[in-house]
Amino acid sequence: MADVLERVTKIIVDRLGVEESQVTLESSFKEDLGADSLDVVELVMELEDEFDMEISDEEAEKIVTVGDAVNYIKSRLS
Amino acid sequence: MQLSLQGKTYVIMGVANKRSIAWGIARALHAAGARLIFTYAGERFENEVKKLVATLEDDTALVLPCDVTKDEEIASCFAQIKEKVGVIHGVAHCIAFANKEHLEGEYMNVDREGFLLAHNISAYSLTAVAKAAKELMTEGGSIVTLTYLGGERVVQNYNVMGVAKASLEASVKYLANDLGKYGIRVNAISAGPIRTLSAKGVGDFNSILKEIEERAPLRRTTTQEEVGDTALFLFSDLSRGVTGEIIHVDSGYHILAR
Repeated sequence: MADVLERVTKIIVDRLGVEESQVTLESSFKEDLGADSLDVVELVMELEDEFDMEISDEEAEKIVTVGDAVNYIKSRLS
Repeated sequence: MQLSLQGKTYVIMGVANKRSIAWGIARALHAAGARLIFTYAGERFENEVKKLVATLEDDTALVLPCDVTKDEEIASCFAQIKEKVGVIHGVAHCIAFANKEHLEGEYMNVDREGFLLAHNISAYSLTAVAKAAKELMTEGGSIVTLTYLGGERVVQNYNVMGVAKASLEASVKYLANDLGKYGIRVNAISAGPIRTLSAKGVGDFNSILKEIEERAPLRRTTTQEEVGDTALFLFSDLSRGVTGEIIHVDSGYHILAR
């Protein structure tokens, strides 16, 4: 399951241009990683592609931190 | 009659990322041998566009800023294009914007500012760009914009963008009438929903896609490539008798009663 975090981290680093070391489970996309609302939409689309799943608007709104994203994806994969 | 655009130059406005319909159009025109000039609005898209353009491996391609809400930026963009290439043969206008909060719930919740913003960027910009492009289209040519069924009929959540698309579609007809005498054609592609950054801003977009898959005559969603190929047709001489037209590239969804 660790590789979910790895894959999510790779997407975040690529999309937001942040350092890998900045990405922790606690980091908030908007507060800590400097994502604006368009970035968040792009991230959600990248995650949908990477993990071949659909993330609804309501579910996407609940994803605030990297940990939220990882947990959500893990719950859908299991 | 060949579908080659060798020796022709086109301006592609509105690539946001690899999923953009504008990028699908760019790839189709590039494959046909066209020279391409890309415009973007704001720094956030500059890097993304430059990265994508680099993948074309075409060193004649240009990337220029053009925020269509600013007349002076449109003027300076087309002045630079004139200086660098002289004549252009077409423009792909793939630009739209509305506040996300106005793309869900009831249409009437839009306010004056949100209404004007959507119309400014999504509808008026075509007229402003056409006027500037005309000066460079001295050999005639073709202007293509993107619209959506929500401009003709009510599509849940599309709201103010639908009203702006209706204005855009009417603009296509009036511009076609104005520019026909200069050998310039103006058409719109009404694309079926495609999973782009803009589309994801429309409330509950995923269920709109599902509906197309289940009910459209072709039983599949529209692809970037399908729209790119229709744009290639509209930019080429194969469509020389077509102007003021709204072509639906939507798996036939628009013919359904509901």
